[in-house]
Amino acid sequence: MGNPMKIRASVKDGVTEVKVLMQHEMETGLRKEADGTLVPAWFITEVKVQHQGRTVLEAQFGQSISKNPYLLFHFKGGAAGEKVAVTWVDNKGDTRTDEATIAA
Amino acid sequence: MTNRAELETINMERRNALKTGGGLGLLTMFGLFGLLHSRAALAEWNKTAFSSKSMDEALTALNAASPENSADAIKLTVPEIAENGSVVPVTVVCNLPKVEQISIFVDKNPNVLAATFTIPQGTEGLVTTRVKMGQTANVVALVKADGKFYRTAREVKVTAGGCGG
Repeated sequence: MGNPMKIRASVKDGVTEVKVLMQHEMETGLRKEADGTLVPAWFITEVKVQHQGRTVLEAQFGQSISKNPYLLFHFKGGAAGEKVAVTWVDNKGDTRTDEATIAA
Repeated sequence: MTNRAELETINMERRNALKTGGGLGLLTMFGLFGLLHSRAALAEWNKTAFSSKSMDEALTALNAASPENSADAIKLTVPEIAENGSVVPVTVVCNLPKVEQISIFVDKNPNVLAATFTIPQGTEGLVTTRVKMGQTANVVALVKADGKFYRTAREVKVTAGGCGG
C-alpha cells in the first residue's frame, strides 16, 4: 500500500497548480549495504494524476528520481472544491492512490 | 585534383547508401516493435529507454534520435552547484504550442533517463521534480511539441554524490 502522499492543489486565474510529495524509497538497485550486498531496485515507475476522472498528467519514472519524489505542474481548469487524484505504481507492483481537494 | 573529386563522389554515394540502408533497418525495427506492442504502447513503462546507459541510446528509445538544440524554446532551471547530489531540483518550462512530452536526463548517471512526462491538452508545458546525480553532469531536458523534439542542457556541479555515499 505504501505511505500516504501529500498533495496540495490550488486554483488561481483558471490554472490549477498541483504539488505532490510521494513517500517512497526509490532504491536504484545499485546501492550496497555495509556488508556488500546489493539493495534490490525498488522505485515508482508510473504516476498518473486525474482531475474529475480526466487525466491531466502521466509520468514514467526511472531510478534517477530522488527518494520521496516531488512533482509540481499546472493544468488549465479546475475549480475550488473539486478533487485531484494521484496514483503511483512501483516496480514491485505496489500501488497507491490519494486525493486532495482543490483550494481557492 | 580529378582523383580527389572522384573520391569524394564515391564517398557521397557510400554515405547515401548507408543512410538509406540504416533508415530502412530502423523502420523495420520500429514496425515490428509497433506490431508487438501496439496495445500497451502508451501506458507501459518504457524499459528500453529507462535502462539506457547513454544519451544516444535513450534518445533513440524515445524515438527522438536528433532533437533540435534550443535554449530559447525550453527553459531549464537547475542549481549551478548541488551540495547534495541525491536531491537536485529540476524545472522544465516550455511555452511552445502543443507540448506533448517532457523528459529529463542526467547524462552521467548509470541510467541516463530520469523521467518522462506525458502532457495532455490543457496541461501546461511545465514540470518540477527532483533527481539524483552521482557526479557532476549535464541535466538534459527533451521536449516534444507538435511532433517535433527539442533539447537543452545545463551542467550541475555535484560536491557530494547521490548514490548512498
